Amino acid sequence: MLYKLLKPIREYKRNAIIGPFFVALEVVMDVIIPYLMAKIIDIGIARSDTRAIWIIGIGLFISAVLSLVFGIISGRNAAVASSGLAKNLRQDMYRNIQTFSFGNIDKYSAPSLITRLTTDVANVQNAFQMLLRILVRAPLMLVFSLLMAFKVNADLSLVFLATAPVLAVGLFFIVHHIEPIFQKVLRTYDRLNTVVRENLRGIRVVKAYVREDFETDKFKTVSNSIYLDYSRAEKLLAINQPLMQFCLYTCMLLLSWIGAHLIVSNSMSTGQLMGLITYAMQILNSLMMLSMVLMMVTMSRASAERIVEILDEKAQIHNPDNPITTVKDGSVRFVNVDFGYGGSERAMALQGVNLDIEAGKVIGVIGGTGSGKSTLVSLIPRLYDVTRGEVRVGGVDVRAYDLKTLRDAVAMVLQKNVLFSGTVRSNLLWGNENATDDEIREACRLAQADSFIEAMQQGYDAPVEQGGSNFSGGQRQRLTIARALLKKPKVLILDDSTSALDSKTDEAVRDGLRTKLPGVTQFIIAQRISQVMHADAILVLDCGKVDGYGSHDQLVEENTIYREMFRSQMRIGDDTTMEDAKGEAEKSGTGTSVRQEALADAAH
Amino acid sequence: MADALQGPREPAPAAVKAVSPWKTLRRLLVYLIKNHPVRLVLVMVCILVSALAGVAGSLFIGTLIDKYITPLLGHPNPSFTPLLHAVGIMAVIYYIGVLASFAQARMMIVISQDTQRDIRDDMFSHMQTLPIKFFDTHSYGDLMSRYTNDTDTLRQMLSQSIPQMLLSVITIVVVFFAMLHVSTWLTGLVIVVVAIALLASRRISSKSSVYFKQQQATLGEANGYIEEMINGQKVVKVFSREPQTLDRFADLNNRLFDSSSNANKYANILMPVMINMGNIQFVLVAVVGGLIAVSGSSHLTLGAIASFLQLSRSFSMPINQVSQQVNSVIQALAGAERIFTLLDAEPEGDTGYVTLVKARRIGEELAETNERTGLWAWKHPHSAGGVTYTELTGDVRFEEVDFGYAPGKLVLHDITLYATTGEKVAFVGSTGAGKTTLTNLINRFYDIEDGKIRYDGINITKIRKADLRRSLGMVLQDTNLFTGTIRENIRYGRPEATDEEILAAARMTNADNFIKMLPDGYDTVLSNDGSELSQGQRQLIAIARAAVADPPVMILDEATSSIDTRTEAIVQKGMDSLMKGRTVFVIAHRLSTVRNSDVIMVMEHGRIIERGPHDYLMSLHGTYYQLYTGAFELQ
Repeated sequence: MLYKLLKPIREYKRNAIIGPFFVALEVVMDVIIPYLMAKIIDIGIARSDTRAIWIIGIGLFISAVLSLVFGIISGRNAAVASSGLAKNLRQDMYRNIQTFSFGNIDKYSAPSLITRLTTDVANVQNAFQMLLRILVRAPLMLVFSLLMAFKVNADLSLVFLATAPVLAVGLFFIVHHIEPIFQKVLRTYDRLNTVVRENLRGIRVVKAYVREDFETDKFKTVSNSIYLDYSRAEKLLAINQPLMQFCLYTCMLLLSWIGAHLIVSNSMSTGQLMGLITYAMQILNSLMMLSMVLMMVTMSRASAERIVEILDEKAQIHNPDNPITTVKDGSVRFVNVDFGYGGSERAMALQGVNLDIEAGKVIGVIGGTGSGKSTLVSLIPRLYDVTRGEVRVGGVDVRAYDLKTLRDAVAMVLQKNVLFSGTVRSNLLWGNENATDDEIREACRLAQADSFIEAMQQGYDAPVEQGGSNFSGGQRQRLTIARALLKKPKVLILDDSTSALDSKTDEAVRDGLRTKLPGVTQFIIAQRISQVMHADAILVLDCGKVDGYGSHDQLVEENTIYREMFRSQMRIGDDTTMEDAKGEAEKSGTGTSVRQEALADAAH
Repeated sequence: MADALQGPREPAPAAVKAVSPWKTLRRLLVYLIKNHPVRLVLVMVCILVSALAGVAGSLFIGTLIDKYITPLLGHPNPSFTPLLHAVGIMAVIYYIGVLASFAQARMMIVISQDTQRDIRDDMFSHMQTLPIKFFDTHSYGDLMSRYTNDTDTLRQMLSQSIPQMLLSVITIVVVFFAMLHVSTWLTGLVIVVVAIALLASRRISSKSSVYFKQQQATLGEANGYIEEMINGQKVVKVFSREPQTLDRFADLNNRLFDSSSNANKYANILMPVMINMGNIQFVLVAVVGGLIAVSGSSHLTLGAIASFLQLSRSFSMPINQVSQQVNSVIQALAGAERIFTLLDAEPEGDTGYVTLVKARRIGEELAETNERTGLWAWKHPHSAGGVTYTELTGDVRFEEVDFGYAPGKLVLHDITLYATTGEKVAFVGSTGAGKTTLTNLINRFYDIEDGKIRYDGINITKIRKADLRRSLGMVLQDTNLFTGTIRENIRYGRPEATDEEILAAARMTNADNFIKMLPDGYDTVLSNDGSELSQGQRQLIAIARAAVADPPVMILDEATSSIDTRTEAIVQKGMDSLMKGRTVFVIAHRLSTVRNSDVIMVMEHGRIIERGPHDYLMSLHGTYYQLYTGAFELQ
């Protein structure tokens, strides 16, 4: 996993090597300094040798400056390397996500992908930076300091061999026990967030049912469980510092006691004792750093796993070799099509679908929730691959086409319509980057979007906020239809794309499409019979199977489901809400006059 | 580690109006002193003890060399007994120091964790008392970050920053005098070097903070783009726009790299600079000290120099720490301030004194009882003494009611209406006409500006809010479910409902049909607002929830969202059976509902412009007629 995670470092490999290299040099300097300190005391001060003080002093100064320079170089390189790794990880993930088919996207869900691209990458970047510096620094410091200590006085250095393991074992015991507790705390935090979020979102429900106390109790239970775990973890963690101090003080006491004997018996100098005390601090400090870093690295492991998962994910749909780059016409054929999401054999979303649709026909698709309407049409632009059978557009299996060619020829307006921040024009140009103003206007006219766009002060250059939140649902739907029309497609699919339009506008859109786009095969998925009853043919789906196919009159005669839907809708009434009709008219900028016209028309 | 624990952060909340950080700090300290007076004193003592132990350690080196080693040098038969004595004393001092810092850490954990939990709990229970208006004006992200980020930084400040700063300050003072005691000259030298180091670090941090701000900005941009594009990824695929989004992403990503590597470069320089300024200071002290000692101009012994070297190190280190902690303390205080603003928010007042009690009929009179009789009464104590009981029937009257969300800006004008027991009142009108607002006045989510609302003849301001709301059922347009089983969600309507009552409510509202089809039935666990269920199913649960509460008055906001017609018919039936025998206020979207209401209120711009039953309104040929015919356009 580490290999896969670090492979994208590419052009920053140099920095990732230079960084630790200079960390190593810096450590060497840091270890030489106490050695020279010992000398300056023993040779210079103890023997009152001014010359020696100067010479060693200058040597010490140079060492310190070198250490500073090395430290700066390593710090800068570590910064570049870790930022670079983060950049390349994001880049590689994002690029791979672009190759994802709908099946891959469904598998992960958007929020999860976003977290991986943002928070997880940031975690890895921090861990990597630390790794490059402290994880190199701490063990090297440990080893070098020990070596130097032994060089200064091998016997006395045995003190370290006695105390350092105590600290090491203690620290690693703590880290080992703390990590799972912290992971648990993190999960409980998620639960706390859920409780607060649900409470905020449902505050009216809470107050309406007078359940404030119940909610508070629920919160306190979670809050207390965080408190208990967190306290447990922190109490363990609180042993760290005193343990470290304990070991350090023990070292110093032992060094003082034994050192004094050695100095008095002339087998060691005062300066050397000072040096050893400094090494003691360095050794124990590096153990401490090491344990902290290990903890952080293990905590970012989950992030690393999530990133690698995305890097490893293979797109389920690929462009074929030698793809076909022209689509002859808009005829659509389904031959014995079976389909299950995620290739599942158990829960088939479509079964044994056979259809033969001539170019230029308008097909209504109707059926209950989960009957497979959206699934059926998304096989046409090859958003998913069939499990068995074949889907043909223009007489050719969709799997033989170049994906861009196919998707330009088959325009689909998704149920969840999304606009992007920018302007109305920039959004429409998604359909065709080279569209002229005339073409844009024409598409908008067909989608009944021209009137409200032109009523806005900035017209086609009016700003669109993220998700198109500054437009009403009906306006967004019309813009997404216009966007799809700009592709000049051979097949047009509207997946419940006019649900927020009042029936008048809805009908105008459908009429326009039928009369102005004669050669274009159209699929219209709808909830209301009134939206499809004038189509050339209507497809009734039920539980992933074709239940009926034919004209409105035919189906009313022959098809039970269709007849039932027709009757119930005629009885309940058109479920366009009164508000929508009115709200639409007002938002479209033409105000009440449009409504009055609509009402006047209706009154006839 | 504490950083890693905080996990993904909510977007930074907008700055609250600046209160002096000192005021916040004082309030926090008062809070702490009130809750943990003994522990706080002990913590201070422990900090002092461990600081002194540390300084004693540094001084001991000098004593060791000057008193116990140098005199013994060249001694043929040295006696180590005094040294053993000294080492023994030092051992005691050291280990007391260790114990003190351990005790300090433990107590600080108890204090900080207790405080974090208490503040968290206080915030939440206080939040429950706040008026709906508060939730209208605060974003969820902003509020949520107070429970996580703000309390977390606060805890960190209490458990780490403040003790460390105290320790540092005490150490600095003690060490400073210890150094002065050893050598004035060398102390001056150390001060100069420390000053230079601080200046250098100040410069570097100001440079790096510029880049960090830049990094935040580019990070925001890149993350925003990621969020928008990934959410629209399916559209990207349908329009084959992968190359274009990749280009734009690469551009943003490169800019993020530039600012992030610059920011970290400066941050990474800080540590080597501080460490090596320490080293350089060490060298200078050694050289200057050595020269002074050699020149013999002052009585600087070898031991004194050794002590001083140790002391100077324990002088510059805490100064560094203090300057680093200042930032995190300021940050934590800003968070504490946000917490206090929430705790200070005005709760919705309740001056009601009329309560709802279970009642029993004795002849013509009502009497209070403890059993659930199905009969409820308003218990109305009078100032002159004595109590009257009024039967709860669900008769609601608005008398010349005005209302505005902000003072002076009325959104409802002069609303007068009557709904007698068992009547069904429908409101129709465009979005923003004030229908939802009007229903929110009945349960006092908002308080009216002028006029009166009477419930069974009692002014609703006299009724205790909890009892008023208990007597009203609500089905909102947006269904909100809670994490837990379906059964728990239905029981939300009335906590003491039995399983049989829940089943009966679900049956009555048609929810039972789909629930029993689920593999776990009523024990199916819902999470994430019931996203496992379809829109229609979620609505059915909300309706069953209202049914189990079984209130005499229902407020229904019909859903506009398009669900498939079959489910819709089922939901409709559920609603219908819920309405039976109750006073119902319904914000109607469906013509079938409108038509068979007892009275229909047509609203526009906060006024009732037409009222009456369906046939009457149709005969008027007014707005209602136009709305009705305009939308009801099935050929």
